[in-house]
Amino acid sequence: MGIGLTHYLILSLILFGLGMFAIITRKNAIMVLMGLELVLNSANINFIAFAKYGGMNIEGHVAAIFVIILAAAEAAVALAIVLNIYQNYKHVNVDEIDRMKE
Amino acid sequence: MDLITIIFYFFAVLIVASAAIVAFSKNIMYSAFALLFTFFGVAAIYVLLNADFLAMTQIMIYIGGILVLIIFGVMLTTRITGVDIKSGLMGKMQIGITGIAIAILTITMGVMYSNVKWFVRDSQPLNDTISPIGRMLLTDYLLAFEAASVLLLIAIIGAAMIARRKK
Repeated sequence: MGIGLTHYLILSLILFGLGMFAIITRKNAIMVLMGLELVLNSANINFIAFAKYGGMNIEGHVAAIFVIILAAAEAAVALAIVLNIYQNYKHVNVDEIDRMKE
Repeated sequence: MDLITIIFYFFAVLIVASAAIVAFSKNIMYSAFALLFTFFGVAAIYVLLNADFLAMTQIMIYIGGILVLIIFGVMLTTRITGVDIKSGLMGKMQIGITGIAIAILTITMGVMYSNVKWFVRDSQPLNDTISPIGRMLLTDYLLAFEAASVLLLIAIIGAAMIARRKK
């Protein structure tokens, strides 16, 4: 039996689970961002798998491109926020950051 | 076992192993470098799915851009060898409950995925995906394309504003 749609879906499912685990259990804000990237990658695998097995539909690729664009913008802004938090708190632990003003 | 199967399983194991290192490693620098292998494996999966343009985009943007940004963020903000997993009783409970919940979710969804009879249309691979993607971006998705470019501009300006050192 060759590789079919289900294989790709289960691969992306495992990636999603690991990403969710990293997002929920990690304390460091940058680790939370890494988990987010894993989740976005798993969504992209799903998009492209359905694009291929739905008759080489190119619209899945376009959706994946927009996901990548959003991931880039999100990473830039989130890391800027993290650096700003570090200047104020001297750490980036998300469970100890509880005020927004300085 | 044909070649495609072997390649798929090789990269699937690479992705899952390195993503597990990202999720479970105590050293944040190991996590950042394991993320490199995850992104690379995902790019290889894109190639297997006939998405050549997206594989290149993945390598250039994720590995060349986002990963470098993340490693900069790690090195600018963290003591490299710190334990960053939530500790204490609450932390252990949280890790346990989360792990169990996500394992249940993953297994349930996996069983569901295996049992669904997906409607699969047989597809002939395209010669290249770049020209259809470009045509689609400039016709059907023109508004979203322009909005994405404005979004990137706003993100650049906003990130520079936020990260600037306050006087």
